[in-house]
Amino acid sequence: MNRISEFLVGLLFGLGLILSGMTDPGKVLGFLDLAGAWDPSLALVMGGAIAVGVGAFALAKRRTTAFLGGALQWPESNAIDKPLVIGSLVFGAGWGIAGFCPGPAVVSLAAGQPKAAVFVLAMLAGMGVFELANRLLRRNITATGDAGNGHA
Amino acid sequence: MTIDWTHFTPWTALAGGVLLGLASAAFILLNGRILGISGILGGLLTPLKGDTGWRIAFLLGMACAPTVFTWIFPAEAVQAPRIDTGYWGLVLAGLAVGIGTSYASGCTSGHGVCGLSRLSPRSLVATVSFMAAGFVVVFALRHVLQGASV
Repeated sequence: MNRISEFLVGLLFGLGLILSGMTDPGKVLGFLDLAGAWDPSLALVMGGAIAVGVGAFALAKRRTTAFLGGALQWPESNAIDKPLVIGSLVFGAGWGIAGFCPGPAVVSLAAGQPKAAVFVLAMLAGMGVFELANRLLRRNITATGDAGNGHA
Repeated sequence: MTIDWTHFTPWTALAGGVLLGLASAAFILLNGRILGISGILGGLLTPLKGDTGWRIAFLLGMACAPTVFTWIFPAEAVQAPRIDTGYWGLVLAGLAVGIGTSYASGCTSGHGVCGLSRLSPRSLVATVSFMAAGFVVVFALRHVLQGASV
């Protein structure tokens, strides 16, 4: 039951990305180009999504279990820290170069766009590099006996 | 500021946004999870037992979207995608998006849609940061380094 629900939610999300225009990098860049001919569409995408989301998340916060069973899994961190801000700035820079963020890139890859495939491979490589660096850093911290109170 | 009326698509943008909101709502309420694509992908790179099936089911659903879309909507419902960035630009962009979303633990879906919907100050800071960086980079590429192609 859970697998079917996850599949259908993924499908619905993908359909939303296509219909909204998020899978068109030209449209995304048109939104990010405030100084050029500006395409405000993406503001409406976010607005529509959040208008629906606010009610749903307010309901979810009052529950402890999901409707299909199991605990609700909330993000662990509330911290507003350097990793959050620097990571988001780096992500936004990449978003501004090509107009792809992770979801639309995956859907465009599935639609058979070779350029999306290149982007997704590079993105996965970036995630892998981050994970490796993270592990090496952690290992060094353990090896030197450092308490490691900084971020990983 | 001038509005690009030829590409502005208010109704499909709004309707698509509502679908994204519905999917995020269904995921937290039915499956108890935050719908964040970078996290769902990232988790597959370091697979944990019992934590991969749901990711694959979700991604398979996403992968079916382009085909199912053509069954439901007429071809003219959306404009053809414009991907003007060159291959090296795409590699650079992909690396930045992969590293950045890992470091920030989220992207446009997890922080942007879900985070803002649950009124998380952390996600608001993330969203403002990546939007700001996006605005600055597009301004630099299109209006400062005019003609230079990535």
